[in-house]
Amino acid sequence: MSSARSLLQHPAAKPVLFALALLPLTLLVMGVLRDALGPNPAEALIRSLGDWTLRFLCLTLAITPLRHWTGLAALARFRRMLGLFAAFYASLHFCSYAVFDMGLDWNDIVRDVAKRPFILVGTLALLLMLPLAATSFNRAIRALGAARWQLLHRLIYVIAGLAILHFFWMRAAKRNFAEVAVYASILGVLLGWRMVKAIGPRYFMKLGSQSAKG
Amino acid sequence: MLLPKDRGFIHRMPSEITPRAVFEQRRLLLAGLGTLAALGSRRALAQGADRSAPLSGARSTLPGAVTMDKATPLAEVTSYNNFYEFGTDKSDPARHAHTLKTRPWTVAIEGEVKKAGPIGIDELLKLGAMEERVYRLRCVEGWSMVIPWVGYSLAQLIRRVEPTSNAKFVQFVTLADRAQMPGLNSSVLQWPYVEAMRIDEAMHPLSMLAFGLYGQVLPNQNGAPVRLVVPWKYGFKSAKSIVKIRFVEQQPATSWSLAAPEEYGFYSNVNPSVDHPRWSQATERRIGAGDLFAKKRPTLMFNGYEAQVASMYAGMDLKKSF
Repeated sequence: MSSARSLLQHPAAKPVLFALALLPLTLLVMGVLRDALGPNPAEALIRSLGDWTLRFLCLTLAITPLRHWTGLAALARFRRMLGLFAAFYASLHFCSYAVFDMGLDWNDIVRDVAKRPFILVGTLALLLMLPLAATSFNRAIRALGAARWQLLHRLIYVIAGLAILHFFWMRAAKRNFAEVAVYASILGVLLGWRMVKAIGPRYFMKLGSQSAKG
Repeated sequence: MLLPKDRGFIHRMPSEITPRAVFEQRRLLLAGLGTLAALGSRRALAQGADRSAPLSGARSTLPGAVTMDKATPLAEVTSYNNFYEFGTDKSDPARHAHTLKTRPWTVAIEGEVKKAGPIGIDELLKLGAMEERVYRLRCVEGWSMVIPWVGYSLAQLIRRVEPTSNAKFVQFVTLADRAQMPGLNSSVLQWPYVEAMRIDEAMHPLSMLAFGLYGQVLPNQNGAPVRLVVPWKYGFKSAKSIVKIRFVEQQPATSWSLAAPEEYGFYSNVNPSVDHPRWSQATERRIGAGDLFAKKRPTLMFNGYEAQVASMYAGMDLKKSF
């Protein structure tokens, strides 16, 4: 465990994670330049960027439970970077939709977002990510106050819910739910653990006090 | 920056697609295989030869049957497919469909016809004169291709089996064999995949039974050995690897409208003004038409076959009968 701790606290740990997190984008850009994204490169690009947004959301939300389960407090050092990468990939996901699917025609984009629930939900998730990304600096935490900052950043639970709904509705068109189920289970465990932790003790205490009375 | 690579060519005739030297060599090879087959394991070799076997047809003279749009390159026609029996990813069919056995193959004719019974694939291949038709194919997902098919009008088969006056609809049942089709383990759809049309739609000369594309026998992933091609309807109506054709009086169930009735109607005619709930049907992305920045093109009413087919739907509310 101590070796894991020293690895996590190694000065190179953050730069390495940063480089790893940029790898999917690098591969996609190379795929575009080498015309290697298959017969429908626009669709491949948009979908892959969406997949990576979901993956970074899961990773970000996994930090706290993992810290709890493993006792590795040093994991917390990486949470902000992972969250910012989720927002980064979400922005690229939207931009690639706007450019390659809609030809950057803003009238069409606004109409499309308003008309299609799954795009509306995805856009909403992205918009909610922006204030979190914008207040990710230490100075912002100090300016907001820890309590208010934390409350604001709980929006990530809503964002995760919207993101999986966006994915579910997209796949619902062809009833192809296998991958949706994988991400939903992961998010379910990560969010469920928090819920049990938040309401569990109080709920069980209440049960306990009731049975003590009875 | 993003220049289209090698996509500026237009292929029309099979003879243009396969250089003479290559197809002559192929014929030699086939002849060689034929001799070998006679000597040894006949079936295995015949199958190998089938896969790239030429199947040409005379250019169709039917109005609307040969679009002037640039054809989608063969590589993309055969690697970007929706054929859920082989997996839900578009690259799955090309990877998994080699397990499909296309010989022996029979198509059962059932229901309201005078001449019911099985028809073998070899008989089916000789039933009508092979024509090459270059059709637009519009997928309900918002992409499209242009494919030079080889086959003949479905009407030729229908006339041969003599439907009775009770035959109001034609249903197409496709192969569902777990041993050959790994995708059947998924519960995305009920198997077998079924499609249907009204009999007048099925009798329309543009409705086609296809046995080949690009001057060769249908690759497995494109619905070998025999499939339907109905160019004015969304692609999923064009059932692949057909094993049964039933003539019935009542409108039969179709797979996608069973799975999601509010999203997929019985008719599923291409219609830019009736949006799918998930996406717009006003535009489409032409596969292989250029680079990443190529603009989507407007979708045409009845996929551009309005002049030929619109009269069949006169007086119908196409927003309701979508």
